[in-house]
Amino acid sequence: MGLRGFGATPAQAFEQAALALTATITDLELVAPHQSVEIECEGEDRELLLVDWLNALIYEMATRRMLFSRFEVDIAGSRLTGKAWGEAVDRKSHSPAVEVKGATYTALRVAQQENGDWLAQCVIDV
Amino acid sequence: MRNRCVSTVVWAQWYEYSGMSEEYRLKRESEFSWRIDPIGKMRVPGIIYADEDLIRGMDNKVFEQLANVASLPGIVQAAYAMPDAHWGYGFPIGGVAAFDADEGGVVSAGGVGFDISCGVRALRTGLTIDEIEPLKRQLADALFRQVPVGVGSTGRIHLNDKGMTAMLRGGARWAVEQGYGNAEDLQHIEEMGCMAGAVPEEVSARARKRQQDEMGTLGSGNHYLEVQRVAEIYDPRIATAFGLKENDAVVFIHCGSRGLGHQIGTEFLKYMVLAAPKHGIELPDRELACAPIKSELGEAYLGAMRAGINCALANRQIITHLTRQVFAEVLPQADLTLLFDVSHNTCKVERHLVEGRKRNLYVHRKGATRAFGPGHPDLPETLRAVGQPVLIGGSMGTESHILVGSEKGAELSFNSACHGAGRAMSRHQATKQWRGRALVDELAERGIIIRSPSMRGVAEEAPGAYKDVRAVVDAAEKAGLAKKVARMEPRVCIKG
Repeated sequence: MGLRGFGATPAQAFEQAALALTATITDLELVAPHQSVEIECEGEDRELLLVDWLNALIYEMATRRMLFSRFEVDIAGSRLTGKAWGEAVDRKSHSPAVEVKGATYTALRVAQQENGDWLAQCVIDV
Repeated sequence: MRNRCVSTVVWAQWYEYSGMSEEYRLKRESEFSWRIDPIGKMRVPGIIYADEDLIRGMDNKVFEQLANVASLPGIVQAAYAMPDAHWGYGFPIGGVAAFDADEGGVVSAGGVGFDISCGVRALRTGLTIDEIEPLKRQLADALFRQVPVGVGSTGRIHLNDKGMTAMLRGGARWAVEQGYGNAEDLQHIEEMGCMAGAVPEEVSARARKRQQDEMGTLGSGNHYLEVQRVAEIYDPRIATAFGLKENDAVVFIHCGSRGLGHQIGTEFLKYMVLAAPKHGIELPDRELACAPIKSELGEAYLGAMRAGINCALANRQIITHLTRQVFAEVLPQADLTLLFDVSHNTCKVERHLVEGRKRNLYVHRKGATRAFGPGHPDLPETLRAVGQPVLIGGSMGTESHILVGSEKGAELSFNSACHGAGRAMSRHQATKQWRGRALVDELAERGIIIRSPSMRGVAEEAPGAYKDVRAVVDAAEKAGLAKKVARMEPRVCIKG
C-alpha cells in the first residue's frame, strides 16, 4: 500500500504521511489524541529519515498497542524530533483493518514539487 | 500446437516515479515458461512460469523487479518468478533467486521480506465435514475466542528475555518442549521444526520487545485460520499418502513471525542499504538491500533471520495447540495431526546441481514455497517416497490447494512453487468495491462462516480482490513445478 503526504515543508509532508499511515489501519476521526509519545530519529538523507520516522511510529503502535491521529514533526539537518498523539487501540471502536509490518524503500521519495509543495511518499508492507 | 520459442511479447515498462521508460522483451520458451534475456546490468536471465493470461495480468513492475534481482552479485542460473508473482518490495512476491557465497553472492533482507517465514500449516482432523457441519457455528465462535487474532491482540504467553532466546533458538521444538503439541509434529515441519544456525543474540532488544506479548497470535491482513472440506482429489495415490480423502475436514493456518520478524526486516534493510557502498554493491532499488554472504553483516542477518524463522515455526506450533484445545472441547472425537508446515519468506542453504556441479546455494524465496520432489534427502521418511506437500492458501471464501513437489522442480526453479493466489487489486480498490458485512452475509449463505474483528479488513481481503488461485496452481502444475493433489473449500474462516 502506498502513502503520500504533501506539505509546505518536508516536516509537514512527514506529518501528513503519518496521518496516511493511520488511515490505512482505521478512520482517523475515530482516534482521540489523548496521550502523546515523543519520537526521535536520525536518517542519513531525507528519504531514509522518512522511512525511519514511519518505522518508529509502527514500533510505538505495536509495542504500546496504540493508534495515533495527530503528529508534530521538526526536522533539523539529519535529525527528526516528533510527537504523536493518540490512544490505546480498541478493537470495538477502531475496528483496525490491518497491522502495518514496516515502511519500505519502494517508491520512496521526498522531494519538492513544481508548485513548491513537498511530497513524502513510500510503500508500506501490511 | 503452439509455436515454441518464437512468439515474443513486448511489454512497455513505465517507471511511474522516475519518468524513465524501458522495455523488457519476454520470450516465450514453452507454453508455461517465459524468459527475459539479460540486458543492461542483468547477470542472468529472468524466468517466469505462467500461462498467457497470468502473464498479461501481471503488473509490469514484476518484470522490472525480476530484472533487478537478476543483477545482484553472485546470482546463479536465473531469477525466477512463480505463476502468482506480483509487484513486491524489491523482489517480486513470488520471486526465487539463489546465490553462491564463493562467487561473491549476497543475502538480501529485502529478498526475504518483513514477515520472515510467513507460511502455511495443514492439519488433518480425523473427521469428515459432515461430522463438523452441525457444530460449525460453535466451532467458529470457539476458535475466534481462543486464537488471538487482529491488530492489538495479545497471546497468553509472555516471554522474558531468557525464554525469548530459547524460543528463537529452538523454534517449534522449543514449543513442543513447553507442552504445545507433540514430538511427532516436528517430523512434518521444514527443518524438523528447528532452523539450525539461528543466532538469538543478533535479534535486537526492539525486535524482542515487539514480540514479547505476540507469541501464539495470528496477526492480521491476509493471515487466517480455516476449517476446510476436501472437495476434490486430483491424485488419489499421493492423497492417500498424505492421509486425505474427499469430504475430510482439514485445518489451514496461515501466519508468520509476527512483530519480531517485521522488526528484524526493518533493521537489517537499513543496515544493508547503508553498508552497500562499503561492500561495493550498487543497488538498482534500495529495497533490494543486501550484503555479501561472507561479510559480518551478511552473517549477522542470517543468524537473526534464522531466529525469525524459529519464531514463526514456534508461533504456528502454539496456534496448533490452541486449535487442538478448541476441537477437544467442541468435537472431542477429533484427532488433529500435522500434514505439513511450509514457509514462504526465507533464505535457506540448499544443495543444487548447477552446470553439472552440486553447489551449496543461498536460496531466497519471497512469497514462494519450497517444493522438494520425491526422493529428496531432506524430507522426512514418511514423505520421501512421494515428495513434499506444497500448501497453497487461496483467498477467503474461494479454495485452497495441496500440491506435491516434482523431481523436475530441481532444475526448473531450485525446487520452488507458487504460494497463493496473489492480489489482483489493492486494498484501497477492494474497499471501494465491497462492504465487509455484506461479504460475510453472502459467504454465510454459501455455508462459509467468517469471524473477524474488522469488517474493513474483511472487505480488503474480498475473494474478488485476488487472482484465480486455480489458474495459478494449474500453471504451476503444467510448468512442472509441482503436481496437484487435492482442492479444499473453506467452511470456517477466522480472519485477522
